[in-house]
This record gives sequence, structure tokens and C-alpha cells, in this order.
Amino acid sequence: MIRFESVSKKYPDGTLAVDRLELVAPSGEITVLVGPSGCGKTTSLRMINRMIEPTSGRIWLDDRDTATVPTHELRRGIGYVIQHAGLFPHRTVVDNITTVPELLGTDKKQARRRALELMERVGLPAHFAKRYPAQLSGGQQQRVGVARALAADPPVMLMDEPFSAVDPVVRAQLQNEFLRLQGELGKTIVFVTHDIDEAIKLGDRVAVLQVGGHLAQLAPPAELLSDPADTFVAGFVGRDRGYRALGFAEAGLLPVRKEHAVRLGSGRGEAHDAAEDGWVLVTDAEDRPQGWLRTDRLAEAEPTGPVTAPELNLGGTLASETATLREALDSALSSPSGRGVIVDGAGRLLGTVTASEVLTRIEQQRAAADPPFTGDVGPGGAESEAS
Amino acid sequence: MIAWLNDPGNWTAPGGIFDQLWSHLQYALIALVVAAALALPVGLLIGHAGRGRWLVTVANAVRALPVVGLLILLYVMLAPHIHGRGDTVYLLPTEIVLILLAIPPILASTVAGVENVDPAVRDAAAGMGMRGGQVVRRVELPNALPLVFSGVRSATLQVIATATVAAYLGLGGLGRFVYDGQASQNFAERDAGALLVALLAVAADLVLALAQRYTVSRGVSGRFPRRTLVGDPVATADAPPSTHTA
Ligand SMILES: Nc1ncnc2c1ncn2[C@@H]1O[C@H](COP(=O)(O)OP(=O)(O)OP(=O)(O)O)[C@@H](O)[C@H]1O
Ligand SMILES: [Mg+2]
Repeated sequence: MIRFESVSKKYPDGTLAVDRLELVAPSGEITVLVGPSGCGKTTSLRMINRMIEPTSGRIWLDDRDTATVPTHELRRGIGYVIQHAGLFPHRTVVDNITTVPELLGTDKKQARRRALELMERVGLPAHFAKRYPAQLSGGQQQRVGVARALAADPPVMLMDEPFSAVDPVVRAQLQNEFLRLQGELGKTIVFVTHDIDEAIKLGDRVAVLQVGGHLAQLAPPAELLSDPADTFVAGFVGRDRGYRALGFAEAGLLPVRKEHAVRLGSGRGEAHDAAEDGWVLVTDAEDRPQGWLRTDRLAEAEPTGPVTAPELNLGGTLASETATLREALDSALSSPSGRGVIVDGAGRLLGTVTASEVLTRIEQQRAAADPPFTGDVGPGGAESEAS
Repeated sequence: MIAWLNDPGNWTAPGGIFDQLWSHLQYALIALVVAAALALPVGLLIGHAGRGRWLVTVANAVRALPVVGLLILLYVMLAPHIHGRGDTVYLLPTEIVLILLAIPPILASTVAGVENVDPAVRDAAAGMGMRGGQVVRRVELPNALPLVFSGVRSATLQVIATATVAAYLGLGGLGRFVYDGQASQNFAERDAGALLVALLAVAADLVLALAQRYTVSRGVSGRFPRRTLVGDPVATADAPPSTHTA
């Protein structure tokens, strides 16, 4: 557990970056610090490992006052990941990863073995071990940065915008793997980002900071979306928070309807007969959906022959039977046929739902929820200040 | 000049080319070792702390003094205090001049080398719990090394060229041929001496280039074996995930 006890930081030039911050980051959870640029996120984070010394107040690491621990000792027990990874250019990937174990005097062989294990964990092939950072892509460097921070198995990790310097596809991938890793490791993590979507996706709890280092709200992401504490938080969380909140509500048992699908390679006549409203769903031999086929165009192109993969429309997303309302709705909205595809855990077709069916489910859930699921008519309802 | 160089007697005689080459090398080496021993740690410290940059300016200003003038001044100042045998009374001022010349390039480039280290890299080093000295030795120096080498190499060229002034005070070195040749109007000898100085400087630079190659990490110099750049699955870890579509 990390606890900020009335922590302030005033820089020599008079900037009050953090103002009497009170915050608890519980053990084994991801606490995200989010807020606009210059609101004091980095300053707050770096005060934990004393890369910046607080002007006043205390920071507790479990029952230790961090100010009483020698800085190098404190830092060796805290994983630290920064935006551009900050890998050592002159050392190979494996040598980068073994940095802290080396400082701690761990046996070299053992440290290397663990480094290779960690590389696998963070999704780096073993043959990268002998490479230098300059030979890696930004996303790969960031993975090494995470592995390096984990090398000495510290209970606490500090991460300052670790995924913000990579492109959106890689970022989403890194985020997912980060969540999976945290599921296995259960570290106490403080994670800084300026991206509210990232905060909501990754945080067990999200602390929204306001410029001047004021804590505006500390809450689980769903609560942040459904019940912003004030206009600042409401504005920062953004316009489509109602839609995003659906991402925290499980769809439960949706009224899945049976869909007459055909297999890839089956005849066009069969596809024609199975189609509904001009669209037929095509699956592979294991019943996994592959795409939609538009049957009213079939005859024009080629009247006979089997259904082939290039003809399929790939526009629709899949929702699993354990999906959130947001995924289920997206599945219906993105499907060219208007029918959202629901699959089981193994990716096999269960059936389809329509957007109106999902909306009905949303309304049922809101009616059942007490207090109302988004009863957000206070100051938070005003959208004018949205970023 | 070729004829002079081709005469084996000029090489092997006492005070011949081999002897003077050796003396020249010694003068240069002493100066470089002392200069590096002073400038390198101080440069690392200035770069690490980000303070004391004025020392670089001062060292550079000293370089502007005329060499021969400085040599004579030092000799006049030091001679009364040096008693005893041998060449010390000549050697000391010569070495001081050479050291003063060698310090600025090494100091300036070491400071620049450390300052050029990516701030994120130093931040990570400190953030992982390295102490100040560990950051310098394990991170800043290895990354500053290419610039440190360029400073040492430029100092070496200067010192080898300037070590000819040792002969001005009556010491040995390749400068002997230059001064003696000039005095006795033996221009072949004078030019051969100058050529030998140049050749020695080039040879020393080659040795240092080789040393640089083997001490600077490939990750810093960017000399990667070809096969890791071409034709292996670099992209695997970051390949976009297969999108779920239906
Ligand atoms: N070394 C410093 N000296 C003076 N002021 C500073 C210093 N570092 C940061 N500040 C100021 O403190 C405030 C908070 O800075 P901080 O870096 O913590 O912001 P941040 O929330 O991390 O912002 P960003 O999202 O842009 O990274 C800013 O106003 C910044 O200008
Ligand atoms: Mg920041």
C-alpha cells in the first residue's frame, strides 16, 4: 500500500505542482493518476521513489515512511517504467533487464535465467536477448522497460505514461498484455497517464487530478463515469461517458437468436436460401464466424460455385457470451446485417442480437439498478466544459 | 629527404631516428596520460553534476597561449627551483605545456559526451537505484565514450605535433631533426623530421581508432552485425493483433 499524507511539492521557482495530496494506492491494485497536462501527475509519481523530494507531507510504503529509507535502497525495491523506456543504449536487452538484480548482487546466472523468463512473459522472443535497444521498435523497447522493472520482483511498480509513445494498435496490445501480466503478478501499481480512456481501461481505481495537484475524484472507473464528483471531472471524463460506462456492465444473458449460417466453400444456392434480409453469416468448419456475405449481389458476380473468403464483409465485431453491454452493442452496430454476432468462449457461433435488443437489455438493467445507473443530472450533466 | 630517410645510419645511430621516435613517443605519452587522468574524471563530474562548466572555458582559454612563449616562461619560472641531475629542468616545462594543450579537448568532449546522454536514460538509472558513482561508471561513461575518444584523439594529434618543441629546450624527440636540420641548413633532415612527426601522429590515431572500436559498445556505435537487421522476424512482437471480425 502506498499512502500520501498531505503531500505538497513546491518547485524552487514557486510552482505549486502538488497541493496537500491525500491518496491511498491499495496493495495489489492498479491506481491510475490521470489529469490534464501539468496537473502534477509525474511530480506525484516521482515523489514515491523520491526522484523528487516532497516539500511537505509524508509518503508511506506500507508501514515505512519513505523519507527514512536511503534513496537507492528505496528505489531498488520499486519498479520504475518511463515514457520512452529509458533503456541503456550500451547494454543488450538481457543486460538491461538484469540491471537491478546486478545492483542487488544477485547471482549472475540466476539473474539471466529470470531475465529470459521475463522476456517471454512480456512477449519478447528469446533471440532478442542479445540485441541492443537501437535494434528494437518503440513497442519492443517498452516491453523491455517493463521486464527490467520487474526483474527484481519488486512489490511496487511506478509507471509514467509507459504506453503513450507507441502507435494506437501497439498501445492497445501492450495495455491488454499489461492487464494479463498484472492478473498473474498482482503488483501494487501507480500508473500515470493523461489519457482518460487508458485510465478507465487499466485502473482498478482512478485518481483524477486537477491543475495545481488537487485530487478531484478517486473512484473505480465505473463510478467515475456514472457519478463524476464535479464539473471538472465530468468534463475530463468526456462526452461519451454514458456509452463508455456500458463497458463496465456485463450484458448477462442476451436474447440470442439462432442464425442460419453457411460454411465457407458451400454452394451459392445454399447461401441464398439461408440469407435473411440479404445477408448470410459464413463460418469456418469449426463454426467460427468468418464474415458476412451479401446474397443479393451473388448472382451478378458469379452465379455458381462455392462461397469464398475474399467475398466476405469483415466489418462486424464479435461479442462473446460474457461480453459487456458495450461490446454487445458494438457487435450489433458494426455488423453490416444489423445483427450482432455472439460467440462462445472458443469463438464458435451462438447466435445474433440486434441493437434494439441490446438497448432493451440496457433499459432493463437501468430500471433494476438502485440508485439509477446514470442518474447524472447534477453539475456533472453539463457538457459545455467537456474537453 | 628520401635519401636521408633511406640511410640506415640515420635510423640506428645513437640519437638517430629510432631513439628520437622513442623519446618523442614518451613525451607525448606522459602528457596524454596525465592530461587524461585529470580531464576525464573532472569532465565526468562536470557532466554528471551539470555544474562547473566554467572550467571548460578556462581550459580552452589556456590553449590560446603561444606554445613557445609559454615554454620559455615556464622554464624561467621553474628552473631556479629544480636542482639535481638530468633533464628534469627541461622536461617539466615541456610536459606542462603538452598537458595544458591536451586537457581542453579531452575535458570539453567528456563533458559534452555526458551531457549528450539521453535524460530518460539517466533518469531510469537513478530511478532504478543506482548511486551517483554507479550512474557515472555504468551509464554515463559508456555512453559518452565515442565523444571521449574523439577528444583523446584530437589531443593526441596535438600533443604529438607539439612535442617537437622539446627539442627547443635541448631535449630529444623528432623535433631534434627539425631544429638541427634548420640550424645546419640540412633541409632533407628537417623535412624528414616533420614527415616522421606526421606519420607518428597518424599511426597513433589508428591505434586509438582500433581501441575505440573495441571499447565502445555496439549499441552506442551502431555497428550491428548485418543478420540481425535483415531477414529475421523483427516485427513479430508488435505485429497487429488479428482483428475479430465476422
Ligand atoms: N523541475 C521543475 N521546476 C519547476 N516547475 C516544474 C518542474 N517540474 C515540473 N514543474 C511544474 O510542475 C507542474 C506539474 O508538473 P508535472 O510534470 O508533474 O505534470 P504532469 O501532470 O506530469 O504533466 P504531463 O501530463 O504534461 O506530463 C507543471 O506546472 C510544471 O510546469
Ligand atoms: Mg508527466
